[in-house]
Amino acid sequence: MMPPRTLFEKVWDAHVVRDGTGDSPSVLYVDLHLVHEVTSPQAFTMLRERGLKVRRPDRTMATMDHSTPTMATGGRITVLDPAASRQLDALAASCAEHGIPLYGLGDDRRGIVHVIGPELGRTQPGMTIVCGDSHTSTHGAFGALAFGIGTSEVGHVLATQCLLQSKPKTMEVRVDGALRPGVSAKDMILAIIAKIGVGGGTGHVIEYRGEAIRALDMEGRMTVCNMSIEAGARAGMIAPDMTTYAWLAGRDQAPSGDAWRDAMGRWHELVTDDGASFDRSVVFDASTMSPMITWGTNPGMAIPVDGRLPIAADVADTSNDRACAYMGFTPGQSLLGQPVDVVFVGSCTNGRLDDLRAAAGVMKGRRVAANTRMLVVPGSQRVKRDAEREGLADIFRAAGAEWRESGCSMCIAMNGDTVASGEYAVSTSNRNFEGRQGKGARTLLASPLTAAASAVAGMVADPRSLL
Amino acid sequence: MNQPWPPLASHAVLVARDDIDTDQIIPARFLTTTTRSGLGSHLFADWRYAENGAPRAEFALNAPASAGAQILVGGRNFGCGSSREHAPWALTDWGFRAVIATSFADIFRSNAHKNGLLTIALPEATLAATQKALASDPAAVITVDLPSQLVTLPGGPSVQFAIDGFSKRCLVDGLDELGSLLAELPTIQAWEATCAR
Repeated sequence: MMPPRTLFEKVWDAHVVRDGTGDSPSVLYVDLHLVHEVTSPQAFTMLRERGLKVRRPDRTMATMDHSTPTMATGGRITVLDPAASRQLDALAASCAEHGIPLYGLGDDRRGIVHVIGPELGRTQPGMTIVCGDSHTSTHGAFGALAFGIGTSEVGHVLATQCLLQSKPKTMEVRVDGALRPGVSAKDMILAIIAKIGVGGGTGHVIEYRGEAIRALDMEGRMTVCNMSIEAGARAGMIAPDMTTYAWLAGRDQAPSGDAWRDAMGRWHELVTDDGASFDRSVVFDASTMSPMITWGTNPGMAIPVDGRLPIAADVADTSNDRACAYMGFTPGQSLLGQPVDVVFVGSCTNGRLDDLRAAAGVMKGRRVAANTRMLVVPGSQRVKRDAEREGLADIFRAAGAEWRESGCSMCIAMNGDTVASGEYAVSTSNRNFEGRQGKGARTLLASPLTAAASAVAGMVADPRSLL
Repeated sequence: MNQPWPPLASHAVLVARDDIDTDQIIPARFLTTTTRSGLGSHLFADWRYAENGAPRAEFALNAPASAGAQILVGGRNFGCGSSREHAPWALTDWGFRAVIATSFADIFRSNAHKNGLLTIALPEATLAATQKALASDPAAVITVDLPSQLVTLPGGPSVQFAIDGFSKRCLVDGLDELGSLLAELPTIQAWEATCAR
């Protein structure tokens, strides 16, 4: 009889083509390879130089998201940056050459790669999924083993559909209890990273478990898994359940009919067995969590929105001082009332329909403060259409926010959507690194609720005051 | 295809910060390139250049003593953040062949080794002593012997460092992983025919 295994071990074992030896890592099969314009051109060049073909274009899917403008004129997006334009053209040419399905500019299925994979039903439980993007961990919300890879590895997968991988360790993050009103999945993951640290998950695949995880909807689970990489983890996973199946059923590329029933039968096995052990375990209580906001220059530097920055004596190193200097903050201060120049709602972390609903719920009947600019960028064109149909776009526009085409936008700020040097942005994205949203920009990461409340107040605000 | 990794003896550039993320190593606005060459000029761009584009004298990379250095010494959790391989491309294009820190982010480490950039993780106390030595003598030389996994630090003894056997072999011999994977194609095809969904 097989010893009890974790969810990760089951998915890993089912994809090992050749086991690792002392001298060589395992050969791991990749079920789905997601491709975007920024991290793929050099991989396609390498294929051409070596006379190789894309081995499984049917297991490959490409989109344009990182550098694409979010402003459309007459429904058309024009790329003004010549370098970005050349890069997008290169992806289109490579996809045409190798027969890879591409959801390019003008395609109504286009969007952020980690939003459209699930949305199209391509992301499924038990799969191995990779992409040249660290937030590939998002897809782990479906019980897939999904992780980011570099461009050399993008080339490896294109050429062989496999990767050489050493088996990661396992880490259990259990969240008991129930989140209180105004506290969301984003706050949960920020609280987790604040505790375990930005390198706390290095070398590990996290499985999120417990009552509070089970209670999350798929959007919330994707938000949590998305930021696994911000704790340094190789991947994050959540066992599939009825919530997962209900979300997936009927999606364009999800199995249907008998194939759906067969798949469900397999997916039910994707749970950590009783008695299986993790290399590490950390336990949290959701009921003690508050809306969180980051004050510093990495995602682990987060506090409850009504809390205070750590004071110098709290830490031995100089990282906090450096972060305070960059952010223009003082140790021990509160962030409530801090004026906000920009509010960004979007990204692969919080750019899904449910995130926009949360933000719109706060914005309804209110206005963006005069000193603040608010940008709402849907995660995909489908999210955009759905939000428009539901009237969310009207709520944002009526509040004075800008409503845009989908893309990574101000999260990575390589498409022209930037925060100016010295400005403060409350952002629903995933990284508050120095200059992430533009050179000199100061980013405060928060949930869609906190972002919307801060837009209305024109300063950092506790969303619970508006619920 | 990489070059074999010969023994290294070089002075080092010290950037004594923890959690140096890949957005600092190369900011995202430089990622619209379709090649992997020439990125060294953007290495640490926002720490290295002032708003007007002038080099910041206080940043280590701009110090005259840093010219020609092949080793970068950082802090804890080096290379965290995005998966961009442009980070090791920028580091190697500048001339670095090794990065020394107390720990590395997984994807960065994997990317670095595929580009002839060795990552050396040292215990905290050892790194702290190294940082101190470099701060007082920027010309101090560090030597690295990869086959025996030994790094000799300024004024100190040789210290053993860990690296997985496969990465070591690829680096030492200048092999690329794709060659190994392509050699496995018959096994991959056989597995795929029966096991893949």
